Amino acid sequence: MSLPSPSVLPLSSTNPTNPPLLSLTGIVKSFPGVRALRGVDLRLDAGEVLAVLGENGAGKSTLMKIIGGAHSADAGTLAIEGQEQRFQSPQESRAAGVAVIYQEFNLVPALTAVENIFLGQEVTTGGFVARRREREQVAALFRRMGVEVDLDEPCRRLSTAQQQLVEIAKALIHKARILVMDEPTAALTSHEVEKLFALMRELRRQGMGILYISHRLEEVFTIADRVTILRDGGNVSDCPIHAITRDQMIERMVGRPLDQEFPSRSAKRGGPRLEVSGLRRGKAVQGVSFQVHRGEILALTGLVGAGRTETVRLVFGADPRDAGEIRLDGQVLDIRSPRDAIEAGMGLLTEDRKLQGLVLRHPVRENFSLPNLRRWCRRGFVQRRRERSELDRYIAALRIRLSDPEERVGNLSGGNQQKVVLAKWLARDCEVLIFDEPTRGIDVGAKYEIYLLMNELVAAGKSILMISSELPEVLGMADRILVLHEGRITGEITDVAHATQQQILQLAHA
Amino acid sequence: MPEPMKPARWLADYGMILVLVLLCAFFSAVTYSEQSPTGEAAARQVVEAVLKAVPKGARVLVVASDQPGDAVFAARVERDLTAAGARVLATVTGEPRNAREALQKIQSAGGSMDAIAATRVAGGWRLITDLASDFSSLGSPRVITPASYRWPNFLKSENLLNIANQIAVIAIVAIGMTLVIITGGIDLSVGSLIALSAVLAAGFIRDQAGGMSASTGGMVLGCLLAIVVCGAVGGFSGLMITRFAIPPFIVTLAMMLVGSGLAYILAQGQSIYQIPDSFVWLGRGADLFGLPNAVVLLLVLYALAQVLMSRMKLGRYLYAVGGNAEAARLSGVPVRRVLLFAYVASGLLAGLGGVIMASQLKSGSPTYGNMYELYVIAAVVVGGTSLSGGEGRMLGTLTGAFTIAVIQNGMNLTNVESYTQKVVLGLVILGAVLLDKLRQAR
Repeated sequence: MSLPSPSVLPLSSTNPTNPPLLSLTGIVKSFPGVRALRGVDLRLDAGEVLAVLGENGAGKSTLMKIIGGAHSADAGTLAIEGQEQRFQSPQESRAAGVAVIYQEFNLVPALTAVENIFLGQEVTTGGFVARRREREQVAALFRRMGVEVDLDEPCRRLSTAQQQLVEIAKALIHKARILVMDEPTAALTSHEVEKLFALMRELRRQGMGILYISHRLEEVFTIADRVTILRDGGNVSDCPIHAITRDQMIERMVGRPLDQEFPSRSAKRGGPRLEVSGLRRGKAVQGVSFQVHRGEILALTGLVGAGRTETVRLVFGADPRDAGEIRLDGQVLDIRSPRDAIEAGMGLLTEDRKLQGLVLRHPVRENFSLPNLRRWCRRGFVQRRRERSELDRYIAALRIRLSDPEERVGNLSGGNQQKVVLAKWLARDCEVLIFDEPTRGIDVGAKYEIYLLMNELVAAGKSILMISSELPEVLGMADRILVLHEGRITGEITDVAHATQQQILQLAHA
Repeated sequence: MPEPMKPARWLADYGMILVLVLLCAFFSAVTYSEQSPTGEAAARQVVEAVLKAVPKGARVLVVASDQPGDAVFAARVERDLTAAGARVLATVTGEPRNAREALQKIQSAGGSMDAIAATRVAGGWRLITDLASDFSSLGSPRVITPASYRWPNFLKSENLLNIANQIAVIAIVAIGMTLVIITGGIDLSVGSLIALSAVLAAGFIRDQAGGMSASTGGMVLGCLLAIVVCGAVGGFSGLMITRFAIPPFIVTLAMMLVGSGLAYILAQGQSIYQIPDSFVWLGRGADLFGLPNAVVLLLVLYALAQVLMSRMKLGRYLYAVGGNAEAARLSGVPVRRVLLFAYVASGLLAGLGGVIMASQLKSGSPTYGNMYELYVIAAVVVGGTSLSGGEGRMLGTLTGAFTIAVIQNGMNLTNVESYTQKVVLGLVILGAVLLDKLRQAR
């Protein structure tokens, strides 16, 4: 394999008297059957944002857990300001000044921001929690951060962005000098991302070292000073952000040159297939109407909370609707449950495949069969031979990588999990597929394969309704774009080829 | 398509079987003791020995004591010896006094004797061992008794059947509990439903079907009624859980109180025993190869449940609902109906359990099934089914039920006090689940 040779910087800091804030050398970590990390080096200086990139399975999460003390390395050294550390627990890592913000936040939903921030390190006087002093400290901190978070609401009522701010505040209260963030922008709207970046820049100015993990390459260019790229548990690149292009990043992550990010397609758009009119539910969806044509990918976009997911859930019968008519091929459908929608020929790839799309503890085979059992059944008995042959067919067609169809689906990588969800709907031969954030948390290579599949589907005359927060994806894949804002459609873009992200954002903010 | 089962996976699914086998081995070892055959088996052995020891046409006395099986022994020995050409002078069953009378009679008739065929106990009587001194004129007959052998009390077939009979009710109710727990729920009402069902069935037979002279049809009707009522109670729980989203723990806790209260009201706090003797057919009868009917029923139900869970669509749906109800719903699984099925099935099986218990004890009482829900849950959990739902095996539950029964029976055989038994059983349940956790953590 010929690769453009990556420029690897020497790992020692330029100033020997001033050791790097965090340095990892030769970190090795194995799990039963998997060598997750095979000698990774990493350096983070004070006052810089280091982006760590890599496909799923490249070892980013493992590396992060080693820094956070959740795992201990099999070999290699971890030093903070030149002092070698051996973290046996997350507590030890935190005490050394490391704060890790995982994608799943570590907040107690029923406790308020203040209670969460001081959890385990309460300010006390004579055994009693000094609530007022805690509150004042947190309020002052949020003011310095320039954000507003309700201090008295339980955290479960806060938005994702606010919960993230609570996590950051927790790190700051605990005097962390190293902040590790895993996909911090995955669930944020673009406006919230801007705010987060402003805060990160301020923290950087104050001398904090930030390790930033993301799949969104655009963001890496806006926020990172340096990039470290991992592939298959090893370093492939470490360079300043200005020394690398976006395409080079992708190439180094995937290990092969990528021709293009979005495959081109040639599907002919046919007549209208799914027609939705006057869809309503509470405040979330206030009268949405649209049509999806045969052989078309219609993108539904907008800010988080604009009512995109809510809309498709109504179409699919996952939630009861207050009003609205749904027609398929001109016929009015009486959809009261997902079962009705599936019967009518629809399939839904949910936004959150772990919570809504898959039974993680169950084998791939059973997940794949779930919506199809009714057809693969004779007198209540599952036709196991048929089930197995269908599964084998789709594993091959979708190139799902697994060692055994009896493997728990939760053990697969994100991309392969998504392919299993996709396979179960493809086997159902759905006419209308609803893809809610189809490539969330999936690495570049698998994304491309999912795009190819979507193209094949529309080429075969199917209709796809896609929700995505990633504007490049919306622009790259959709035939037509609808923008939602506060439960209403605020704009339609038909000439996608000449549309810009700016244009969408303007419509999204209405 | 037959798929080769990997050993690790097999052990993961049915590791409890190994524990059960080890327990059986342990109790066999500690109850290994001297056994003497009785009844038919003893008779065959003795007849053979007699025919070998003395010439054809020999004169034989048959002596047996009055223990269970001895009458059978005596009759069989007499019949077989006569058929083989020996002359049976007299057949005695009872006490040494009876044997002395018989001997005196033979002596006064002036005859001699070649052999005495006796049971082990009778052969040990002073009278028989000192025969030469008291009845010297009879010659010196050879005393032939069945040979003893060593065998564990635990492994005697009566004991094994006893274990199966004792666990039948819990094991059958545990089928329904497994279904419910696999969906991620729990059913605390089964113990009360056992009582309700027993009282309903017995009460119906007493009041509506003619009491002691009730017909088979009347008894069957009473049992079916009781089972259907329990199924309806389960259905009610299921509706509360699916329609109003009340946690199963709360709903079935309430139904546990309601069911128990109803049983006491219906029985007026009394035991109902005015039922015909033939009612015990289900609980105590043994029609098929000497297997008790309750055990046959248990095996049939487990076979059906195993097929349901491993081969049928409904089984898959039960697992899916317990594994992730939302994902199942969005995949088109009728989640509410599946849950309803689980609770109805649990109610029906608890009702059946109550009927079996009433049949075993030939009466119905509101005190039946007290605390049974906990033993049933214990059987399910020991069998490796996770209380968080989505996982579990029917055969695991069967193993779990038998593990509990074997431990109880083994402790009875080794004279462990009943209070100590509770302590041990509690620790065993904890140990079994701990083992399961450790296995998963690997």
